[in-house]
Amino acid sequence: MMDGKLETNAFGDALTGEQRIRNFNLNFGPQHPAAHGVLRLVLELDGEIVERCDPHIGLLHRGTEKLMESRTYLQNLPYFDRLDYVAPMNQEHAWCLAIETLTGTVVPRRASLIRVLFCEIGRILNHLLNCTTQAMDVGALTPPLWGFEEREKLMVFYERACGARLHAAYFRPGGVHQDLPDALLDDIEAWTWTFPKVLEDLHTLLTENRIFKQRNVDIGVVTEDDILKYGFSGVMVRGSNMAWDLRRSQPYECYDEFDFKIPVGKNGDCYDRYLVRMEEMTQSIMIIRQAIAKLRMEGGEVLARGKITPPSRRDMKTSMEALIHHFKLYTEGFHVPAGEVYVAVEAPKGEFGVYLKSDGSNKPYRTKIRAPGFLHLQAMDHVAKGHQLADVAAIIGTMDIVFGEVDR
Amino acid sequence: MAQANFEALAALAAHITAQQGAAVVSTEVAFGEVSVTILPSHLEGFVQFLRDDAECKFSSLVDITAVDHPEEDPRFVMVYHFLSMYKNQRIRVKMGVADGAMTPSICAIHPSANWFEREVFDMFGLMFSNHPDLRRILTDYGFRGHPLRKDFPTTGYTEVRYDEAQKRVVYEPVSLVQEYRQFDFLSPWESAKYVLPGDEKKA
Repeated sequence: MMDGKLETNAFGDALTGEQRIRNFNLNFGPQHPAAHGVLRLVLELDGEIVERCDPHIGLLHRGTEKLMESRTYLQNLPYFDRLDYVAPMNQEHAWCLAIETLTGTVVPRRASLIRVLFCEIGRILNHLLNCTTQAMDVGALTPPLWGFEEREKLMVFYERACGARLHAAYFRPGGVHQDLPDALLDDIEAWTWTFPKVLEDLHTLLTENRIFKQRNVDIGVVTEDDILKYGFSGVMVRGSNMAWDLRRSQPYECYDEFDFKIPVGKNGDCYDRYLVRMEEMTQSIMIIRQAIAKLRMEGGEVLARGKITPPSRRDMKTSMEALIHHFKLYTEGFHVPAGEVYVAVEAPKGEFGVYLKSDGSNKPYRTKIRAPGFLHLQAMDHVAKGHQLADVAAIIGTMDIVFGEVDR
Repeated sequence: MAQANFEALAALAAHITAQQGAAVVSTEVAFGEVSVTILPSHLEGFVQFLRDDAECKFSSLVDITAVDHPEEDPRFVMVYHFLSMYKNQRIRVKMGVADGAMTPSICAIHPSANWFEREVFDMFGLMFSNHPDLRRILTDYGFRGHPLRKDFPTTGYTEVRYDEAQKRVVYEPVSLVQEYRQFDFLSPWESAKYVLPGDEKKA
């Protein structure tokens, strides 16, 4: 298809037929390995320079928000695993926090620590996938192989906590579904001492690699002005020397008692965002170790026993009321007082928010899921303009797009 | 701390009301958040004020969405969320929009509004004036209807399948093998709004 605009001849010279060049329109995706899912980009190219980039999204639209309106609060929880399926528990966290804010539930401390622990595991899961597959987009094959081995270990931890490798449904309104066995804590801690070596290896593969730097340094530079105009969040902000992290600036759960640093980049290019992600994994390791140390000190319940959580199995064997409560909870579900709330968490990709409007019934009246990738992808036209075609893959990779959350 | 936070938010709400009295209908502080209800005619000026005022500095647009209340007038509520990374504060701006009314686009003030407004158009059928590119965004090419309206069925109207004979994807009206299951779990003693069968004598 050569239906772009006709290039005008600036010098007024006579042109042969072959010199009359139109811009070239290229359809990138929806089945392209570097599109990280089902993204269709309509690119207008002048030679190899991108003149315009029109992302067509919605190919993975499943109508999550519509479906949620006809299901109970608890039935809606697993939909959140299926948004950003790379780091599922971080999404569930936002949903639980929204319900807890409206119902005024206080989460037990042990549950809070477990949530922090698994949110940070989710962050490492996400960054491992993103850094290594972005490297694959620019030509490196080994990093994803090494990174996915560690992801596999983390998913085994997921499985040991809740029984599922990916779609966890582990965070529940009022706490977490089940307590962690001590052996799992020991194994996660043992892993935190072996993982830095893997990170070190990834650094030796990529950080000073000449090809990797040529493909990433000064590509997709994001300035402070862009961040505000296009509503960026997460690493897209921190890569450009702005230390904005919701875990620090608007602490939720018990992040305010953890000691961690917020890495920032200086130049706002793809390479800095890669470095920020690598350093964030190191910081997440620090948080995981602290959370495990605190968890060993802290016993007790992992669910705030009450209207929105099930009774313990022991109670159900002896108390009729507990049995009725259990039955009502899993059929009718719990009622959330009327009101509206917007809750945001620092998901690995950026600010993941849930706007929940309740009418006092057992189903949400309206839920809006605010995904960070949606805004990042929106700015694709702005960021990719003037870059070469090959850089488009690098930029998509570094924006950390996952279509589960963009298309919802 | 919660009390100090509440006072800070109330002060912000008071500041906005004092500066933009013509636009503001009401303000509310709940769950640690400020909500401001405004008149649709003042939207652009109000958003501009939120972005540029030194006290507010709501420089990032976080979200735009709508809520459908079929029984109310105006039918829709448009909800905007803004964030200030400089002042570390958030705000929610709401306004009523009637079905078929035009809302001014805020793309010129916040370019990130572009896709959000396309999404609201796609999902609710609300139109925006001066929007650079108001196309559908999430639904299929050639889709009809606006899915997040309350009167749109969850199953939709059409389904697609690959037709082996025609060698292409065909669109057909939805045919469900069994009835779409919508259980009413609400306790009849508490919140059911209908009269139970056999219980009519009371009415």
